[in-house]
Amino acid sequence: MELKKIDNYRWELPKTGAMRVPGIIYASASMLKDQDQEEPLKQVANVATLPGIIKASLAMPDMHWGYGFPIGGVAAFDWESGVISPGGVGYDINCGVRLAGTSLVEKDVRPRLEELINALFQNIPSGIGSTGSIKLSAAEEIKVLKQGAKWAVHNGFGTDSDIEHTEDNGCMLNADPDTISKRAMERGKNQLGTLGSGNHFVEIGVVETVYDQKAARIFGLFEGQITLMLHSGSRGFGYQVCDDFLAAMAKHINKLDFDIPDRQLSCAMIQSKEGMSYFNAMACAANYAWANRQILMHRAREVFSRTLGIGPNALAMNLVYDVCHNIAKKEVHIIGGEKRLTCVHRKGATRSFPPGSEALCDAYRSVGQPVIIPGDMGTASYVLVGTQKAMEETFGSTCHGAGRVLSRKAAKKACKGRSIQHELENKGILARWTGRSTLAEEMPDAYKDISEVVEVVHGAGISKKVAKLRPMAVLKG
Amino acid sequence: MLDVHLLRRQEAGISLKNMKYRIIDHTSDFGLQVFGSDIKALFANAAHAMIDQITDINRLKGLNEYYVHVTGSDLPDLMVNWLREVLCLWTSEEKLVKSARILFLSEYELSAKIMYDTYEPGRHIIKNEIKAVTYHQIQVKSLPDGWESQIIFDV
Repeated sequence: MELKKIDNYRWELPKTGAMRVPGIIYASASMLKDQDQEEPLKQVANVATLPGIIKASLAMPDMHWGYGFPIGGVAAFDWESGVISPGGVGYDINCGVRLAGTSLVEKDVRPRLEELINALFQNIPSGIGSTGSIKLSAAEEIKVLKQGAKWAVHNGFGTDSDIEHTEDNGCMLNADPDTISKRAMERGKNQLGTLGSGNHFVEIGVVETVYDQKAARIFGLFEGQITLMLHSGSRGFGYQVCDDFLAAMAKHINKLDFDIPDRQLSCAMIQSKEGMSYFNAMACAANYAWANRQILMHRAREVFSRTLGIGPNALAMNLVYDVCHNIAKKEVHIIGGEKRLTCVHRKGATRSFPPGSEALCDAYRSVGQPVIIPGDMGTASYVLVGTQKAMEETFGSTCHGAGRVLSRKAAKKACKGRSIQHELENKGILARWTGRSTLAEEMPDAYKDISEVVEVVHGAGISKKVAKLRPMAVLKG
Repeated sequence: MLDVHLLRRQEAGISLKNMKYRIIDHTSDFGLQVFGSDIKALFANAAHAMIDQITDINRLKGLNEYYVHVTGSDLPDLMVNWLREVLCLWTSEEKLVKSARILFLSEYELSAKIMYDTYEPGRHIIKNEIKAVTYHQIQVKSLPDGWESQIIFDV
């Protein structure tokens, strides 16, 4: 597929065949040259064929081959005449990441690092099908689905300020538990407060570089500061919600008057019983994920306090922000000079709202939304800030992470004869993990260079660099 | 993609009779290419292949039985729905399937008898997590020497 250069960071995939709009890819020339882009570009084109798509089918620089939608894909659909697609959100609904600062600096933590990561490992359930100490009754599970992060705070896991530093205040109000299957309820009851497996992690890091002093100060970040980042989602509950609705929509799509190029793109008109029912079920899973991350962070807070022997006030493990990576949102965007209600699908992409946005809490409104970009476990992570340009070009969206370049099998093969743990330790990074092949599958070489991804979104202006974090210790599922 | 694999399989002289499945590489996920001498064997082998990725099947006794009935709009849809059902027994009910016998199969439905173990942490080994069975590039097709299917999983 031929791409036309727009500028140094943007490439157009011209409208051909059944595409209703063109594709726009955010990438550098070298990234496009280095990787085989044929399959993800086909997916960008496939998304462009869906009814009601506005402006363009977008891909962020961490784009890679998904199923149905590419990972790193962003697409907005008209709220009245467009579709909503479970495959455009993904299985791990509201998989996302949160970052907390602390009052600590590297020298406070370095001598106790091993103790800390071991204590996190013992206190945060992780790994395949991990279950936690929280067993939800059906009535309580319904409350989690309706209230999200607020349920966690009401039950002693955190503080009110955590809520306002969470995208959507950690709760999508349209959540309707009546749309949820028994199987999803069953899968959700024992997994709250668990990390999961695969690329999910808890990481102790340090702020290595601050690029934007003003924004960093407002976000509560400073050079040398110890941070805690965690990446998890809606666990088996979310996978089941996605699966239930994919199955339903694969049937439903036959009744609609358009063809889809891939069954994984099965969808429904937003303004239909099926579409609205998915939107309300997805919100339940999003809320489950926010409650989950809130509980996980609070557990980490307790571990830090106990292990280092400092009270929660002195520790000041304050949430900087919590962002979703896999979600569909009802948002107003300016299209051709006019306000339009849209359904923005972000699949492996992050919201990147600008200064002045009403969606932001008072503290951040002057500077813009914090955007947290985790890298692989061996290199770096970034904090960025949302921009007006993102509103104009990408429906207020930016990248979400490094993006895989090696399949899990290829990563394991590349690890043969190497000790990833040893390589990380040589860089001063301690790792703990649960799954037998997690460390190999998640090794740094399996991912794109995070700095290159961040340079593209910074250069393109869809989010701006605030700080760079260096990992010190990581707990993987 | 499937045809390339088929070609490779033919070049390598691999017969459908002695191979139940092979793994397909996919950047963010992984897939299985499953073979069967007839269509019932294909569906039974697909369940076997998926469970073989999740656990060590040799450690399963398969003393409990369970009957399932699954529908679909065509064979690929039926395959996805069948594997969803088998996966769900594991993810929702902690039932690990040792074997499946397809009792009846048409283009739109199947019924099967499943032999399973209830998960015991000390006895069974969980090797991989499979989050979901996807429709992505799903294929079920008849070949001169049997049947073949390609399924991509979210892991």
